[in-house]
Formats: sequence, structure tokens, C-alpha cells
Amino acid sequence: MSGLLDQRFKSGEGGVLLTTAEDLLNWGRLSSLWPMGFGLACCAIEMMQTFASGYDLERFGIFPRPSPRQSDVMIVSGTVTFKMADRIRRLYEQMAEPRYVISMGSCSNCGGPYWQHGYHVVKGVDRIIPVDVYVPGCPPRPEALIGGFLKLQEKIRNARLTEEPAPTALLAMEAAVEEV
Amino acid sequence: MTFAELTNVLTAHFGADAGLEANTQNPQPYLIVPAKRITDICRFLRNDERLFFDFLACMTGIDNGPQAGTMEVVYHLTSIPYEHDLTLKVIIPRTPADESTHEGLPVVPSVTAVWRTADWHEREIYDLVGIYFEGHHDLRRILLPTDWVGHPLRKDYKDLDTYHGIKVN
Repeated sequence: MSGLLDQRFKSGEGGVLLTTAEDLLNWGRLSSLWPMGFGLACCAIEMMQTFASGYDLERFGIFPRPSPRQSDVMIVSGTVTFKMADRIRRLYEQMAEPRYVISMGSCSNCGGPYWQHGYHVVKGVDRIIPVDVYVPGCPPRPEALIGGFLKLQEKIRNARLTEEPAPTALLAMEAAVEEV
Repeated sequence: MTFAELTNVLTAHFGADAGLEANTQNPQPYLIVPAKRITDICRFLRNDERLFFDFLACMTGIDNGPQAGTMEVVYHLTSIPYEHDLTLKVIIPRTPADESTHEGLPVVPSVTAVWRTADWHEREIYDLVGIYFEGHHDLRRILLPTDWVGHPLRKDYKDLDTYHGIKVN
């Protein structure tokens, strides 16, 4: 499943390349998604395994960064407690646009096993930051996380420059939170 | 040393009117101790050469609920050289008379002066169950954020509506 640009570059055909700015930008973004290197709970163990040699996320250009300033994707890998929620929101705000969020595992998707008696758990990270891709599982296997990244790449491949700027989602969310 | 022998040593030292009450109904027997004497008893258990309980293996806080009206703190002691164990239990009223509370919380003397390891155990019990340990040098929440309201492992705990603008349920 390679895009038009991949085919032309790799085959070495043609000295002139015609494309649109949109396709070029999207291709650049989806080909080097750098996630922020942080983990929250047991899902993070699976995430680390996905980064490691066995599943080798780097073949997709995905490679963890130690700073939110250098990151494109935040993988929320585990239970989001209220104590951590403020920090996650802060880290998300520190990331530069365009930024994406993958919610990994049941806890981060909806509270998971803490749904009923989890006094300390945010019932879904989408209550504090906008989420692009949800990966189900408890915890999801590395294949599932890779699947999540492929979905995210698909989403970026179809992104339009004329769409609303990404921060709109966060601003709308913050306005909703303030009403509560 | 067996549980009966340990109880005899304690009764011999503290006297029959010390309020010690052995319970051997269950496979793990325990000794009920009056809250006021817990520090003295623990210090004796650690220092006496026959007993030498040098290790506080675990501390548990229990809320029996508003109907029973009591709370418990359980101490699991181990002597590493003698390889014997003892379980102590302190039972306190959930809402004690005014002079013995700390901001509405029941009070139990701290054993941090006897075993340093009690420091975090007592902080956790204070955080989640809401028992105040008198004499603890640094009693603040250990797991929940400092601005949390309430003690969530109490039977009558009600979830907050929101925390920092995030809906809880």
C-alpha cells in the first residue's frame, strides 16, 4: 500500500515530479510520525515491545522522541488517572501542530475495568484531549498498535489543507469542559 | 514462638488489665490492642530479646461502614531471626467523641518511631481510608492528588462530580 510519491521515488522514474502541495505535505507527515516517549500503565509494556526489534515500528518511520516539542503523536498507553490528567493535557498543549493522539487500550478509550468503581480514573482520555485513533484491547497486542498507526496514516493521507485547523477540536473541547 | 506464648509474654509484661484481647477463631489469630497503647506495645515487641519483631510486614486500614460504626488498623509483624509472626488489631469508633478526633477523622497513634516503614503505610491509610496517625512526622496524601476531597475507600464515599473540570462519572 504505497502512495503515488513512494512509487515514483522508489522506482526512480522520471526527472520531473508533479504533485500537489497537499499530497506532499500529507506524505511527509505520515511517513515520519514521531510519538512522544511516555507510557502510563501496562499498555506501555506492549508499546515498548512494538518499538523494539520484534515489531520494529521504525520501519514505518515511527520512532519515539523524548520531548513533546519534537513529537507528532501522543500514544496514551494506559489508565489515565485524575492526577495524571493535568500532566497529559499540559504535554499535549506543548506539542506543535500538526499533532495527533492515539488512545491505546480500554482504560484510555473509556475507563476500561475502572468504569464503575474507578473514583480515580478519567473515563476516557477523550474527555481531556481530542483523539484521532482508538486502539481496543486490554492491553492491545503490538499488531493492534501498528494497526492504529496505519489507520492514522490513512487519516493523514486523506487530510485536506482546507479543513478546519486542528486546534479547533481542542478549543471546542475546552469550552465544553468550562461549561461543566 | 506460638501465638499463645506471645500473648502470654505480652500479658505478663503489660498486665491482665491492659485490654489485650486474643482472637483465635480464624486460622490467623490476632490480638486486639487498645489504640492508646499501640506504640508502647509495638516498641516492646520490637525491643524485647525473646520477641524481636524487627519487621512490620504490612499495615491495613479497614472501614467497617457507618452501620458497624468502627474502623480497624491491622499490623502484621514478623521477627526475621526467630521466624515468628504476630497480627495486631486496633479497633476504633468511626466517629469518635469530639476531643479525640483530628478534623473529624478517627485518631490512632503512629508507629513510625518504632518502624520507619510505617511511614508510607500510614500515609496510604490516611489517604484512602481517612485515619489520622498522631505523631506521624509527615502525614499527607501519598496516592491521590493533594487537593482531593474525601477518602475513597470509605464505605460511604461518594464520587466527586468533577475534578479540575473533568467529569468523574
